[in-house]
Amino acid sequence: MSGDDLIESLEGIYHIQGRDFVDAGIVSSEVKKSLQGKGIPESIIRRIAVITFEAEINIISYAQQGTIQLFIEPDAVIIEANDMGPGIADIDLALQEGYSTADDSIRELGFGAGMGLCNIKKFSDIFELTSEVGQGTHLKSIVKLNG
Amino acid sequence: MKLSEIRDLLNARVIVGEDKLDVEITTAFGADLMSDVLSFARSGCLLITGLSNPQAVRTAYALDIAAILVCRGKSLTDKFIEIARELGIPILWTRFIMFESCGRLFQEGLTGCIRKTDGTEEKTIVR
Ligand SMILES: Nc1ncnc2c1ncn2[C@@H]1O[C@H](COP(=O)(O)OP(=O)(O)OP(=O)(O)O)[C@@H](O)[C@H]1O
Ligand SMILES: [Mg+2]
Repeated sequence: MSGDDLIESLEGIYHIQGRDFVDAGIVSSEVKKSLQGKGIPESIIRRIAVITFEAEINIISYAQQGTIQLFIEPDAVIIEANDMGPGIADIDLALQEGYSTADDSIRELGFGAGMGLCNIKKFSDIFELTSEVGQGTHLKSIVKLNG
Repeated sequence: MKLSEIRDLLNARVIVGEDKLDVEITTAFGADLMSDVLSFARSGCLLITGLSNPQAVRTAYALDIAAILVCRGKSLTDKFIEIARELGIPILWTRFIMFESCGRLFQEGLTGCIRKTDGTEEKTIVR
C-alpha cells in the first residue's frame, strides 16, 4: 500500500488531550457513528469501537497528547493510535493481562484493570505495538472486513 | 424479559428510554469496571453497574448493550443522562445493591452473557 492510498482511505483523525477525562470515550462513539451506514457488519463495528475505546483511554490515561486515525480500506479498517508520552519500557509486560500502572483517577473513571491492550490484540486481526521510552507509543490495529 | 419487567422487579425508575420498555433482554453483565465490561460483555445484554459516568454509557454504546441498570442508587449527572439520550441507551435506576439486582433478575430467568472468563461453561448452555 502506498502512502497516497492511505491518505485516500483516511476516514477521520481525532486529537486527544492527555488527562482530559471528561469526554473520555467520545472518540470511540464518534468512530462508531462514522462507520454506520457503510455496509460494515455490526459485529465488526463493535470490535473497532472497543479497540478505539481502549486506545483512547490509554492515551488519556498515560500520554500528554495523541491522535487516533481511522482508515477504511476496501477489505479492512485500520485504527492507528499515536501519542507523545512516556512510552512503554517493557511491551511484553504491558501486554500481560492484569498488569497496570493506572492511578486512582483512572480507576475512578472505571478503568485500569490491565486488560486494555490484551483486548485490543484479541479484537484485531493484525496488531502492532511499538514504543520509545520518553517519546511515545504507536499502536496499529487492522480489522479485516471479510471475516 | 422485557425492560418494563426489569423495572417492575427492581422498583426501578426509567431515566431514559420510556419508548424502549418493550425491548427483550435475556442476558446480563454486572461490573463497576468498564475495563472488564469491554473485555467480557456481549451485545444485547443488560449492563448492571454502580458506575454512573459518561464512560459507562459510551462503553454500552461501543458494545451495543441493550440498556444500563444503575444500581445502589448512585446519583446521576445531567451529562450522564444527556449522553444516554444522545446515544439511545435506555437507563434504569434502582436503589437495590448489585447483588440483589443480579440475584432477583437471575431468579426470574436472566443469565450471564458469558458464564466464565475462559468460556469453559458455555457449552453447557441449553437455551
Ligand atoms: N499509550 C501508552 N503510553 C504509556 N503507557 C501505556 C500506554 N498504554 C498502555 N500503557 C501501559 O501499559 C499498561 C497496560 O495497559 P492496558 O491498556 O492493557 O491496561 P490498563 O490501561 O492499565 O487498564 P485497562 O485498559 O484494563 O483499563 C498500562 O497500565 C500502562 O502502564
Ligand atoms: Mg488501558
